[in-house]
Amino acid sequence: MDFACNFPFFSIMLLMFTGIISMIAGPRPAKILSLAALGISTVLSALLIAYINQTGESFIYMMGHFPAPFGNEISAGMFEAVMAFGICGVAFLSLWGNGASTKTDIPEKKRNLYYIMMDMLMASLLVLIYTNDIFTAYVFVELNTIAACAIVMSKPGGETIAATIRYLIMSLLGSGLFLLGISLIYALTGHLLMPNMHEIIIELVHNSNYTLPLIVIVGLFGVSMAIKSALFPFHSWLPDAHGSATTASSAVLSGLVLKGYIILLIKLFFRVFSLDILKEFHISDVLLVLGLLGMIMGSVKAIKETNIKRMIAYSSVAQIGYIFMGIGMDITIGLVAAVFQILVHMVTKPMLFTAAGGLINVSGHKKDFESLQGSAWKDPLAGVSFIVGSLSMIGIPLFAGFIVKYYLAAAAFDTSKNTLIILAVLVLSTVLNALYYVPAISKIYHRDEASKFNWQDVLRTIGAVGDFPYQASLIIFIILNIILGTCSGPVFQALEMGLDMLG
Amino acid sequence: MGENLFTNYYEAASVILFGVGFTCLLLSKNLIKKFIGLNIMDTAIYLFLTAKGYIAGRVPLMDADSVRDPELYINPLPSGLVLTGIVVSVSVTAFSLALVLKLYQTYHTLDLDEVLTKAKKEEE
Repeated sequence: MDFACNFPFFSIMLLMFTGIISMIAGPRPAKILSLAALGISTVLSALLIAYINQTGESFIYMMGHFPAPFGNEISAGMFEAVMAFGICGVAFLSLWGNGASTKTDIPEKKRNLYYIMMDMLMASLLVLIYTNDIFTAYVFVELNTIAACAIVMSKPGGETIAATIRYLIMSLLGSGLFLLGISLIYALTGHLLMPNMHEIIIELVHNSNYTLPLIVIVGLFGVSMAIKSALFPFHSWLPDAHGSATTASSAVLSGLVLKGYIILLIKLFFRVFSLDILKEFHISDVLLVLGLLGMIMGSVKAIKETNIKRMIAYSSVAQIGYIFMGIGMDITIGLVAAVFQILVHMVTKPMLFTAAGGLINVSGHKKDFESLQGSAWKDPLAGVSFIVGSLSMIGIPLFAGFIVKYYLAAAAFDTSKNTLIILAVLVLSTVLNALYYVPAISKIYHRDEASKFNWQDVLRTIGAVGDFPYQASLIIFIILNIILGTCSGPVFQALEMGLDMLG
Repeated sequence: MGENLFTNYYEAASVILFGVGFTCLLLSKNLIKKFIGLNIMDTAIYLFLTAKGYIAGRVPLMDADSVRDPELYINPLPSGLVLTGIVVSVSVTAFSLALVLKLYQTYHTLDLDEVLTKAKKEEE
């Protein structure tokens, strides 16, 4: 076995140990430690992508001393490596760029605890991506829940505590259903490792034994992950939790944590069941319908919102809808588009939150659009990033969101589902996206009659507002978005290869 | 159909318990009751798992070094899973109760609806 096969394990352990060491560190060392751990994990994931690209196949890594049917395993292919790279990289940028607002929002005594929770959150997300063992997935789903709630409530105030309680209750409901699903599938198959379960399930379906329990299990997995990733009817906790947290938390929660559960669901669908079985059980129809509803309802709610962070949070509900719609079309190109959407949203949403954080910062820490009028002139870089993010969300060519919509529309022609409805909802959702992002842009660029437009003023403020990490991370986010929007070919190929390796 | 319920009475009981816990978690207004419901729900799943690992007439595996004949023992894996699950649910419960305490200190009530209305008022 090559040395590169250790990288997933290294990055998980590195993040966990960083969390443990940070307990005795002060706030500043804790921040540096977790940034370093995230940076190293990003590099390791990049090396892993290169390694898998070279060998062209996925590998299984044994954890501990016991071989396959009993021991614990990590499985890594192109899909997992790309997702891990995205997650670690974006987490690094979100934490680094929002360092200043984290400093003002979170009391000094608690700040090292905040970074510990961030480390644990990232470690558990990586485990959800890499694990081959379904019970390990459960344990880390719970760790992820606790850490995610902790980073919401770290900003003092009644609003965040109330939001955390709602988030916690919904999340625990999801975990309970997931655990029930695991117990049932263990009772049926007698295994906890995904490939072993897959063999038995193929046999069961082939002989049409235990069809009803299997449908119940797929349903339980689907519902539990849908609750945790805020698919439409289960989204009620999301705007409070994501809207009230500090900017770094909002960016990480909206951009990464929601995706961890979807990635786990895709892995379960591919590695434990298979696309054919899902088609037979009609679970993809349910996901498609909920995805389509989410795309519309998320945007409708966002239009009514007057708080910028809650508006961006509602837009996440719509974007999650796109992902589930891609999964629901149950053809390969739709799935690749869905996975690509995971990456695009991972890059775009943290940028929007970071930019919104900057705009809120220059308008006296008020979040409503009334107070935000004209704020983009005070912080031009945040304004530009907000425009780029909005255009990407609407789906203007050159930006990443366009590619997703293009491939989803292409997939709609090939799928066995109703092409016309899918296309209609896609168009409608694009219009709805424009209906709240364009007014938001015009509000933040609003200018009083009295004050004259002057380029020199604007140029002078570019350097003056915000610190270097904040500006650098916004610029990197913009570049990443344009790279994904213009050179999507190689990424798309890599994801296609990754999904091939999963099955 | 009906006779299966009586032969698998452990499973039937655990599903009923799960339902009780689930309803309690979803519908109860009092936050402490909600988390009691959560614990009932988790315990129901542990009962289910333990029942799945039990083989009639055998004993649990207490000391792995003195195993003589695997035919004498029940399946030890579900018991291991239950132990792990209990650890997870203890930590989740501790975290939730700490959060409820904090909430009570801020809003002086345990009713979730009341808390949410108060939080909304505060925002405005």
